[in-house]
Amino acid sequence: MSSSNLITSSELLAKLRKEIKEISVHELKQQLENNEVTLIDIRGLEEWDQGHVKGSIHIPRGFLELQIETHVRDCEQPIAITCAGGVRSLLGARDLETMGYTNVASVAGGFTGWKHAGYPFDVPRTLSKEQRERYSRHTIMPEVGEEGQLKLLDAKVLLIGAGGLGSPAAIYLAAAGVGTLGIVDYDVVDTSNLQRQIIHRLEDVDKPKTESAARTIAQLNPDIKVIGHRTQLTSYNAFDIISQYDIVINGSDNFPTRYLVNDACTLLGKALVDASIFRFEGQVTVFDTTKGGPCYRCLYPDPPPPGEVPSCAEGGVLGVLPGIVGSLEAVEAIKLILGQGESLVGRLLLYDALDAEFRELNIRKNPDCPVCSDHPTVTELIDYNEFCGLPSVEPVVAANGKGELIAV
Amino acid sequence: MATVRIPSPLRRYTNNQSKVESNGANIAQLIENLESQYPGVKSRLCDDSGQIKRYVNIFVNGEEIRTLQGNETAVSDKDEVSIIPAMAGGL
Repeated sequence: MSSSNLITSSELLAKLRKEIKEISVHELKQQLENNEVTLIDIRGLEEWDQGHVKGSIHIPRGFLELQIETHVRDCEQPIAITCAGGVRSLLGARDLETMGYTNVASVAGGFTGWKHAGYPFDVPRTLSKEQRERYSRHTIMPEVGEEGQLKLLDAKVLLIGAGGLGSPAAIYLAAAGVGTLGIVDYDVVDTSNLQRQIIHRLEDVDKPKTESAARTIAQLNPDIKVIGHRTQLTSYNAFDIISQYDIVINGSDNFPTRYLVNDACTLLGKALVDASIFRFEGQVTVFDTTKGGPCYRCLYPDPPPPGEVPSCAEGGVLGVLPGIVGSLEAVEAIKLILGQGESLVGRLLLYDALDAEFRELNIRKNPDCPVCSDHPTVTELIDYNEFCGLPSVEPVVAANGKGELIAV
Repeated sequence: MATVRIPSPLRRYTNNQSKVESNGANIAQLIENLESQYPGVKSRLCDDSGQIKRYVNIFVNGEEIRTLQGNETAVSDKDEVSIIPAMAGGL
């Protein structure tokens, strides 16, 4: 082809301006308000992410001919094509006319003109470039997608205890991008914890577990905001702490705290992912009375007398066991955040490591439950030590709403 | 014979077995038979009046007996009876 046959880009555009119908941003606004047109934005992803007309469909120009038919099937349907300034949209409109679409217009002035006219536009929340890379194995799955990943980043999950169950749950939730993790734990790391509490290291011995956990999480995923509540959870502070979160994960090691967490979550209407472990066995379920499910008191109406049920400190626990069970808790929390799958509400999942067996039992709402039935007798937090047959303990310290320690 | 699933805290009565075979027309009878096979089990499951303790759950084929007929819940051959006590461990 000799250069005399070439036309310049400006000659091409001048030619297209004669052939392609153009509409102004004002006409576009009118047509959108009357639902008379389908608006296709053919700019690149980064341009789209910085803002676009509400209701427009994004098809980058390189994919326009390939993807248009999934959005517009009727060749006579009115289509407006827009880009940044109204140039690429002429080319896009020509391409659609070539395909046989008969009612195509290019928006003169494009998105820049729309903004200058003072018309409203959406700036979508999106993942950053680093986040798209980090969470790509999530976002590629339709059950998560970029929308689901944003839900995870927005979610606030409270872990009761940074111990055996809390360690794997916190690590996996942090890796998964659950944006805010609260950790309630008053303890310091002990050497005997390291056999299973994988969020802590040898160098953390004698340091507060909240600090040790926060450091591990920061090294794994700096996206995550960690709020350490270095306090014992009590009837005095439970509402204040739990109300800051969407979901609670129970990894506590004693009955008073289990009943306290259950009652506080039920009264606040928070979902509670609950698990416990002993020796080679674990139990996990989800208590969510807002979904009509049972609560911990439906399953275990009264606590055992002190000393009757041995603790892990007394009976032992396989170090890997909380890794399995705490990870199951993390899975359930993520499912609740995403609104995907069948949660363990109403089902008790049992794992026996020695038999290498998972089993499932149905648990049902107690129609006379003192907390979650329609005629409750427990309507505020009580003295849970007394309830469990232990001496009442006045708290020495508690956390204020900011998670800071205050004297009580 | 029904299969009875024994939780860790009770396995010291059953020679560390996680599953044992026992029989009885209902749960109350099954517990009596378990006690004669494995002395000590009953006092871990029942209070002095013979009622199941409120921090122990017994399931027949996946359903908790308080939602069935309690101690009178029928047990047949090949049924699976699970004993699930409250456990507090997490740390």
